[in-house]
Amino acid sequence: MVTYIIRRLIWAVVMLSIVSIITFGIFFLVPRLAGATPEDLAARYVGRTATEQQVKLAAEQLGFNDPLIVQYGRFAKGIVAGADYNNGPSVEHCPAPCFGYSFRTRLPVWPDLLDRLPVTISLAIGAAVIWVIAGVATGVVSALRRGSFFDRAAMGVALAGVSLPIFFTGMVSLVLFSYGLHITAPGNVYTPFLTNPLTWAYDLLLPWITLAFLYAANYARLTRAGMLETMNEDYIRTARAKGLAERTVVLKHGLRGALTPILTIFGLDFGLLLGGAVLTESTYSLPGIGKYAIDAIGYQDLPQVMGVVLVAAFFVVFANLVVDLLYAVVDPRVRLV
Amino acid sequence: MSEPLLSVQGLEKHFPVTKGLLQRQVAAVKAVDGVSFEVRKGETLGLVGESGCGKTTTGRLITRLIEPTGGKIVFEGNDITHMSQGKMRPLRRDVQMIFQDPYSSLNPRHTVGAIVGAPFRIQGIKTEQGVKKAVQDILELVGLNPEHYNRYPHEFSGGQRQRIGIARTLALKPKLIIADEPVSALDVSIQAQVVNLLEDLQNELDLTYVVIAHDLSVVRHISDRVAVMYLGKLVELADRKSLYESPMHPYTNALLSAVPIPDPKRRVERERIRLQGDVPSPLNPPPACRFHTRCWKAQEICKTVEPPLQKLAPGHEVACHFPENAPAAAAEAAPAAV
Amino acid sequence: MSFLELKDLRIHFPTDDGLVKSVDGLSFSLERGKTLGIVGESGSGKSVTSLGILGLHKGGRAQIGGEIWLDGEELVAADAEHVRTLRGKKMAMIFQDPLSAMHPFYTVGAQIIEAYRIHNDVSKKVARKHAIEMLGRVGIPQPDRRVDSYPHEFSGGMRQRAMIAMALSCDPELLIADEPTTALDVTVQAQILDLMRDLQRDFNAALIIITHDLGVVAELSDDILVMYGGKCVEYGTAEDIFERPEHPYTWGLLGSMPRLDRERTERLLPIKGSPPSLINVPSGCAFHPRCVFEDRTAGKGSSLVPELVETEGGHLVRCHLPRDQRRSIWENEIKPNLEAS
Repeated sequence: MVTYIIRRLIWAVVMLSIVSIITFGIFFLVPRLAGATPEDLAARYVGRTATEQQVKLAAEQLGFNDPLIVQYGRFAKGIVAGADYNNGPSVEHCPAPCFGYSFRTRLPVWPDLLDRLPVTISLAIGAAVIWVIAGVATGVVSALRRGSFFDRAAMGVALAGVSLPIFFTGMVSLVLFSYGLHITAPGNVYTPFLTNPLTWAYDLLLPWITLAFLYAANYARLTRAGMLETMNEDYIRTARAKGLAERTVVLKHGLRGALTPILTIFGLDFGLLLGGAVLTESTYSLPGIGKYAIDAIGYQDLPQVMGVVLVAAFFVVFANLVVDLLYAVVDPRVRLV
Repeated sequence: MSEPLLSVQGLEKHFPVTKGLLQRQVAAVKAVDGVSFEVRKGETLGLVGESGCGKTTTGRLITRLIEPTGGKIVFEGNDITHMSQGKMRPLRRDVQMIFQDPYSSLNPRHTVGAIVGAPFRIQGIKTEQGVKKAVQDILELVGLNPEHYNRYPHEFSGGQRQRIGIARTLALKPKLIIADEPVSALDVSIQAQVVNLLEDLQNELDLTYVVIAHDLSVVRHISDRVAVMYLGKLVELADRKSLYESPMHPYTNALLSAVPIPDPKRRVERERIRLQGDVPSPLNPPPACRFHTRCWKAQEICKTVEPPLQKLAPGHEVACHFPENAPAAAAEAAPAAV
Repeated sequence: MSFLELKDLRIHFPTDDGLVKSVDGLSFSLERGKTLGIVGESGSGKSVTSLGILGLHKGGRAQIGGEIWLDGEELVAADAEHVRTLRGKKMAMIFQDPLSAMHPFYTVGAQIIEAYRIHNDVSKKVARKHAIEMLGRVGIPQPDRRVDSYPHEFSGGMRQRAMIAMALSCDPELLIADEPTTALDVTVQAQILDLMRDLQRDFNAALIIITHDLGVVAELSDDILVMYGGKCVEYGTAEDIFERPEHPYTWGLLGSMPRLDRERTERLLPIKGSPPSLINVPSGCAFHPRCVFEDRTAGKGSSLVPELVETEGGHLVRCHLPRDQRRSIWENEIKPNLEAS
C-alpha cells in the first residue's frame, strides 16, 4: 500500500513534469521554430510602447537568449523554489510556486489563481453533490422499473442533458429563472462561503443545477446500466434468499456493486472541473479558474495560461490517484501493488 | 509400442510475481514445474488433477498458445519448444485444440460454415470440390446436418456447439488433438454423445488425443493412459487399468475415493479416504513432495526430499516415497533409492 | 400432512417467444430429517422449483399456480412480505458457485451477521459471536480470524463452507442446496458432501439437493425425483431409481454416465438429441422425441401426456409403456448393457 502510493506519487510528478515540458514547449519552442526571435517574445512582456532598446534589454533580463533547456530549468525552478526577477534597480522575489508575472496586470500568477480557486471549488462541489444524488437515484429507479414510463422519461431527459451544451441550458435558465421569474441570482456575483453561506448558495444555485444537469444525465445512464448488471448477479439472489427486505437488497447489495465504475468517472470529472468549469463560469461570469483561463487565452497572457494549465493538470493527476486509492477501499479484491 | 508422437521433457511454465517500487520479480507461480511424458501415436492420454494443478497450462504449452519457461516439447521428432510463429504454421495444422466452453469459443457473428471453413482459408488449403463441400463433409462426420452450413452458433444447443467446435479442429486433418475439458460444460446425456463421438473419430481418422479433465470417470472411459497432476507436478502416470485398479500415489487414491458413486447401497460400506483442506496455492507450494501437507502417509523424508517419478511396475510411474499397491521389491527400494 | 408438500406447482414465465413452462405440475412431499434429490439437465426446471419454494419468483413476471405447504402453511397464495420473513429463517438455500453467490465487497462475517440479524433481534456483537461459532461448526479453521476475511480470500471449499454456515445461521428447517458441489474439486466435493450429511443429522432439517450428478444424489438422498421438461418423470427411493428405474429417461441418464465402481464399458449409451427448449416442449410425452421406445407406445408418445402413476410402494413413473414391459426392458435390454461384458 505505502509503496504503491509512493510509486504513484513519483508517477504523478513525472506526469506533471511532462505536462510542464509540453506547455513550455508550446509557448517557447514552437514560436522559435516558427521563426520568432527572442525579441519578439520579449515584446509581449514590455508592452507595445517600448523602444527597441527596452525590448532587447527585457529579452536579456528574461533570459530569452539562453538555450531553451536553461530557460525551462529556470521555469521549473520557479515553480518548485520560487524565482527572483531583476528589475534593474530592485530585485523582486516571486515565492514558490512561481508561474511568473502576468503581461497585463504585472501581478504574479499564483496568488491570482489562489483567489479564483474557491469559486471553482465551490462550483464543482455543489454541482457534484447534486449530480451524484440526482443521477444515481434516477439511475437506480430506472433500472428497477426498466421499461416503465419513468424509465423512458428519465432516459429521454438524460439524453437531452448529455447532448445540450452548457451555454445553451445556462442561457435559457438564466433568462427563465433569473431575469424572468427572479428566483435565482442573475450571475456575475459570487459571495465567499465564509462571508455568508446562504448568499453563497443562492448565488451558485443556478450554475450548480446547470452544470449538474449535464453530468447527472451521464451518471443516470451509467448507474442504470450498472444496476441492471448487478441486480442479475448471483449475490443478489443470495441476499434475497436470506430474507432481506428488497430495499436493503437494492441499496446495500445492488448499488454497492454498481458504484465502482461510477467512482472512476466521478474522479476524472471532478478533477477536470477543478481545473476550471470553463463554459459554466463564462456563461454565468463567475470569477473562477475557468473564466481566468478564457481571459488569459484571449489576451495571450502566457504566464497565466501556463499557470492554469499546470494547475488543471495537477488536479486531474491528483484526482486519478485518489480514485485509484478509493478503488481499493470500495472493492477489497483490488490490491494495490 | 509405437513411436511417440509428442514428447515433453521437463516442461516448465513459471508466471512471474512482481512487487515493490521497481516491480522486481519476487516469486513465481510455478504452474507447470518439470513435467515429462510421451504421447504415442493413436492413443489417448488423460491428464487429470484438481484446479491449480497445471493441467490446462500444460495443454496450452503443448499447443504453444503460451511460451514455456523451461523444458522441451518435441513433436514428431522436431523440437518445437521455441519455434517461431512462422515456422509453427505448418505444425498448427497437426496440433489442434478443443475448448471447454462451446458458448464462448465460437464467434457468434460467423456462420457454422465460416467457423469450420476458417482453418482452410487461414492455412490457404485448396480442396478438390471447394471449401463448402469439405466443410459439409466434416459436419456430417461429427453428426451435424450439412444443411446447417449457413446457420449461426446461437441456433444450436450446447452439445451441437461442441460438435461444431470439434468439426473446426478436424478441418485440417490434425494428428494430435488437445481437448481441454471437452465435456464438462455439457449436460450428462450430451456428455456421453460427445465422448462417443471423440472415440469414433479417433478410430476413423487415426487421431491422437490428450484429454484434460477433472472428471475421473470420464477420463477412465476415454483414456488409454492417464497422468495425474498435483500442483504443477506429475505424480503418477500409468496405463488406465493399473492406475484405476491399483493406484500407487496416495493422492490418486484419495482422488478416486472422493468420486461419488451412483450406488445408494454402497454409500455406507464404502471405505473412504478424506483429504483435509484444499489444494495449497501454487504460488507457495510445499517443499519436497508437494502433497505431504495433505498426505496421511507423510514422513520426515517427504518434507525434505522430493520423490522422483520412478517406474515401479511396467508402464506405471509414480513420484512417491511410500507408494501403495507397489510390487514388494519396488516399494522397499523406493524410499532407499533417494 | 408432511413437513413440505408441493401440490401441482406451476411456474410459468411469459416471454416474447411464448409461455415458458419451467415447472409444470410438480408434486412431492418431504419430511424433516429426510433428503430429496432432484435430478435433471439444464432447462428441466429444477432450479426454478427451488427458487419457487423460497418465494423468490413472487412479484416478478412469473405466473405461479398450485400449492406449497411448509409446516402447515400455504406459501403460493401467502403474502410476499410474510414469505420473506420465512426465507432465511425457516427455509434457506445454498447456491452453486460460492464465489459469485457471496457479495465480493463484504466480509464473510458481515454477510453471515446480516443473515442472522434479519431474523434475530440481537446486537452486532452477539451476531458476530454466532457467526464465528457457525464458521467453526462447518469446519473453518481459526473462525475468529477468518470471520473478517473477504470471500475472495477463501478457497473454493472454504467459501462453500461459509455459504453453508450462512444458510444454517438461523437454524432453518428446510435447506435447499442447488448444485452445491458442482463448482468444487472432487476432493473438496467429498468433504462438503460429508459435511452436509453430518449437519443435516445435527439440525434435523429437511434437505433438498438439486443436481445433475447422479453420484452426488446417490451419496445423500433418501428419495429421488427425476425432472424432465418441467415435470417429474420418475420418483422413488434412491434404491428404486438406481436398482429398478422404470423411465426411459432415467435409463438414459444411467447409460450416459461412465462409472468408476463398475468395470469399464466399451461404449457409453447416450440419449439421442438434446434437452427440449421450454418454450417449445414437445407434444405428448416431452421425452418422446429422444425416447428409444417411443415406437412401442402405439403413437401415444407424441399425442398424449402420460400420467404420473404409482407402480408400487411410492415409486412413481410417468410413461406410456405398460409396467410389465418397462420392467422387462430394464432387466433384459438396459441393465445388461450398463455392465461390462
